[in-house]
Amino acid sequence: MRIERRQNQPKALLIVAPMLAVLAALSLAGILIALAGVPVLAAYKSLFVGAFGSKFAITETLTRATPLIVTGLAAAVAFRARIWNIGAEGQFYMGALLATVFGFQNFLGLPSFALIPALFLAGALAGMVMLVIPLGLRLRFGVDEVVTTLLLNFVVLLFVSMMLDGPMKDPLAFGWPQSVPIVDEGLLPKIIERTRLHLGLIIAIAAAVLIYVINAFTVFGLEAKAAGFNPAAAKFAGVPFQMTLIKVACLSGGLAGLAGAIEVMGVKGQLSNDLSASFGYTGIVVAMLASLNPIGVIFAAIFTAMMFVGAESMSRSFGIPSFIADVVVSLSLLTMLVAIFFSNYRIRK
Amino acid sequence: MTDIFDILFTVGLWSSVLRIATPLIFGTLGALLCERAGVLNLGIEGIMTFGAMIGWLAVFQGADLWVGLLVAALAGALFGLLHAGLTVTLGLSQHVTGLGITLFASSFSYYIFRIAIPAQNTPPTVEPFQPLDIPVLSDLPFVGPALFSQTAPTYLAIGIAIFLAYFLARTPMGLAVRITGENPHAAEAQGVDPIRVRYGAVMAGSALMAVGGAFLTLSAFNSFFPTMMQGRGWICIALVVFSTWKPGRAILGALLFALFDAYQLRLQNVLGQVVPYQIFLMMPYLLSILALVIMSRSARVPQALMQPYRKGER
Amino acid sequence: MSEPVVLHLDSVTKRFGSFAANDNISITLHRGEVVALLGENGAGKTTLMNILFGHYVPDEGEVYINGSKIAQGKPKEAIAAGVGMVHQHFSLAKNLTVLENVMTGTEPLLGWKSDTAKGRQKLRALEQKFGLSVDADARVGDLSVGEQQRVEILKALYNDARILILDEPTGVLTQQEAEGLFQTLRVMAQDGLSIIFISHKLNEVMKGADRVVVLRAGKVIAERATSQTSKEELAELMVGRRVERPVREASTPGAVVVRARDVVVQAGAVTRLSGISFDIRAGETLGIVGVSGNGQAALCDLVAGVVPADSGAFEIDGHPVAQLTPRDLSGMNVGRTPEDRNTQGAVGELTLWENAVLERISDPRFSRQGFLRKAPARAYCQALIERFDVRGGTPNSRISLLSGGNMQKLILGRSLVQRPVFLLAAQPTRGLDEGAIAAIHEDILAARKGGTAVLLVSEDLDEVISLSDRIMAIHAGQLSPAVDAQGVDARQLGLMMAGEWGGMR
Repeated sequence: MRIERRQNQPKALLIVAPMLAVLAALSLAGILIALAGVPVLAAYKSLFVGAFGSKFAITETLTRATPLIVTGLAAAVAFRARIWNIGAEGQFYMGALLATVFGFQNFLGLPSFALIPALFLAGALAGMVMLVIPLGLRLRFGVDEVVTTLLLNFVVLLFVSMMLDGPMKDPLAFGWPQSVPIVDEGLLPKIIERTRLHLGLIIAIAAAVLIYVINAFTVFGLEAKAAGFNPAAAKFAGVPFQMTLIKVACLSGGLAGLAGAIEVMGVKGQLSNDLSASFGYTGIVVAMLASLNPIGVIFAAIFTAMMFVGAESMSRSFGIPSFIADVVVSLSLLTMLVAIFFSNYRIRK
Repeated sequence: MTDIFDILFTVGLWSSVLRIATPLIFGTLGALLCERAGVLNLGIEGIMTFGAMIGWLAVFQGADLWVGLLVAALAGALFGLLHAGLTVTLGLSQHVTGLGITLFASSFSYYIFRIAIPAQNTPPTVEPFQPLDIPVLSDLPFVGPALFSQTAPTYLAIGIAIFLAYFLARTPMGLAVRITGENPHAAEAQGVDPIRVRYGAVMAGSALMAVGGAFLTLSAFNSFFPTMMQGRGWICIALVVFSTWKPGRAILGALLFALFDAYQLRLQNVLGQVVPYQIFLMMPYLLSILALVIMSRSARVPQALMQPYRKGER
Repeated sequence: MSEPVVLHLDSVTKRFGSFAANDNISITLHRGEVVALLGENGAGKTTLMNILFGHYVPDEGEVYINGSKIAQGKPKEAIAAGVGMVHQHFSLAKNLTVLENVMTGTEPLLGWKSDTAKGRQKLRALEQKFGLSVDADARVGDLSVGEQQRVEILKALYNDARILILDEPTGVLTQQEAEGLFQTLRVMAQDGLSIIFISHKLNEVMKGADRVVVLRAGKVIAERATSQTSKEELAELMVGRRVERPVREASTPGAVVVRARDVVVQAGAVTRLSGISFDIRAGETLGIVGVSGNGQAALCDLVAGVVPADSGAFEIDGHPVAQLTPRDLSGMNVGRTPEDRNTQGAVGELTLWENAVLERISDPRFSRQGFLRKAPARAYCQALIERFDVRGGTPNSRISLLSGGNMQKLILGRSLVQRPVFLLAAQPTRGLDEGAIAAIHEDILAARKGGTAVLLVSEDLDEVISLSDRIMAIHAGQLSPAVDAQGVDARQLGLMMAGEWGGMR
């Protein structure tokens, strides 16, 4: 038996592979559900209904998908250029933090249409800095950015907690760790009244389209891929190697920071320690499920959001720990890796 | 200000240094063994979490403490088998696979823990390992209670480090591990199967990681709770670089690190009014990054690290 | 031959997909014999050796050693049966010592302690017996290429090999080192070892072997005793037809296009080029020969604008290159073909058209305001494909799907298509078959005829002699004085490559 590279990959695999991966993950997690003594199909049905069964459920799922689309894009952009950005969680919080700082101060008394873009920019800038530093360490000292971005996540979380205890503390929160709220002008308008679904979803989808255009139609998109896959050949062809990677890092970190700004401006209105439900880490799964395709990221994010939202109602009905959603999502990353492998290789006897 | 230095001369500080260092020693040795064979194992954070959970759960269900460690080791080896299957046999990206294993192993741990122990206000506890006084040595003034009155797994960690140093440097199998990490083709040309070597190293290394996790729930603390790992696994990955892939230096690195950690914990009591405690808690992570920056240039990385090996392919 | 048969390959066939790399091959080897396996690149030599050594499992056929069949696909079995292999790319761990490399896998894996004293003793004895001296405790990465090859041979001998297989053993050696190697092989054969070496060089086959097996397109075409054949006959057998490599015509060079004066290139504390000077005129080809690793890579990087000179002057077409980027050079119509097509020449994951235009992507034909113009870029690539006869892909296929020769034609094509003022051709035909070599030589000669100044860097002496007007040797980062290609012989170039050019000029 040997492993052989496929001469050409059928395009259909781009869609079939993630479906099979998800199916495999659901089946494996089904075993765990059965072990808990719960009928598997009924449990999955309640999960699906919980996520899509009503207008409200759908808006909840889309609300949950919004930050995941943006962090998924952050991972997809970086991975495509072989920058292993595992720090989206930290970049997300830094983005949320800076957006909140400017959002509750509103120094200039800006109106909504100016303040919202300004807060987005603040969030994105904060995220950029958080990724450009580890990339700089790699380019300058050869330090693997995987480990540094992971470690920085913890630093950022502590920093956020420090700010919530100190300068950003909400005096009206009775010691609860949350910040002073953002002024109303800085909050994102709702798309549908009396739900939590906000403008962020539109922004996220627009970002996905923008990244698609950058990847497919621009010189930068081509150079980023070349620099990521073969630095020596890229340099030989005159691609400004370091600059290209730094730009990619700005884009990726910026997106993760933007995700934080969107979440704090769209859902919570103030910064807290639990703003992110692992959106940064889950973004990596989203990106892989989408095979790094920006449009695919939208659908992958909706799927993952469905798991998390649906698992809560499944948990209520059947008493299964809602951690089952994390199990399915992380399993689907592993099964997707295998699926990607089999779309590139085949086994021959 | 004298307080700050007085801390350095307290027995409590030094005995906690070894306690804090123990899981790091286990984890670093495990990651080091994988990397010497050419496999980066970023599953470490999740594998340590799973080891902490399953070891504790076994003991909670009535198993002996040592059986708890053994169960953790076996579970770790199984995750190692999964990691090796994906990265060695299929040659998938070690970065992404490791991360996937971490996400899976952590969420799997929490799920099982919640199934076994439905949510309660106070987490249930077990009777952990008790300190084991080494005869004679533990009677020495200051040094005795500081260093020679630890729990048994701490001594085990140091023993394993010494064994691993000897194993890598002096035994035929250790040489096989090293040559596989440097150039798997060279191993194969000499009749050593690099795939088997990598499987073995990753499984053994992952077992060590899981034992490191179990130390937390069976010795340092007596209960399990989600998010208790706090990035210890990632710190171990940084410590491997800091130790330049040498087991002896891994102990040194873990001890230095733990000393700093123990010191900052006590410093919080002294300076807590002036400096926010989060600043102290950040230090281990920043220190790890600093260690990476200092060592990355000079370190002699195993040449085949992260390079998949396929038979007959160059 | 009265000596017993030690090795017998019986009707071995190995297919990769539908392609038969080895087709029904049978070979015998006797005790104390040196056999050369002669064939072009792609004839199936390396596949055959990998089967012999157990790296590959053949689809049909058997391998017998000393009359007994050996299990397939298990290097360990081959080693145990007394086969030792010296790979073309050494299988050595550079961070380990010589002794560690040699001793790997020689002891039971479950032992408690490596017996290094015994190993050291055995190694010493082998070194003395065959005249292969090397420091047992040296880190392999610190040794010269010739010494590393000795370690490879010692590894095989240490495993008590009685049959030694060497894959292209002289590819990385100087002329003098190669002669030393063949003397060593002779001593081993007299000691009763049997040796197969793979080569595509007629000279060394005639000199070094007792018998030659000629492979072509996966089949054994002929077997000859070296005493009863000639280079000419072997050449024809190997290629299958008379392939005439194109020949350079006399021409009168024009003005100086490339000018280097005392150029120094350093990488950290290491000096890669120490004070080199040369000129190349329009319509002239300067050939650079040398054993790999003597500064060719630095020279190519310098000329390609990838690495700046630390001191000295280097100009192309009157412009100091230090201030130019690779893109500027492309814009000035400088054609650049890198040493290694896979690492520097092409990004495997990108398509043909993306690779074709990457170095001139800012050209207004291919992009406007940062947006790609895909249609003209694809058309440009299609034109390259047609003009340079690139087979096996369309502009939209991934370039990694092309064979080495076709990839090289595309890379050379993108350098030549605009009739460059200057062409860097580094190892332009490495690893290609005769047909592709002839086509590429044709293109390089046409460029020269059209007035291009050419810098040809190659390890293939025949190629350099037949294409160049003047030849320099590179050794330890220094260039020899130039010699006229007319009437130069391989012996003289060999000495130059070894750095012995004192008194020349």
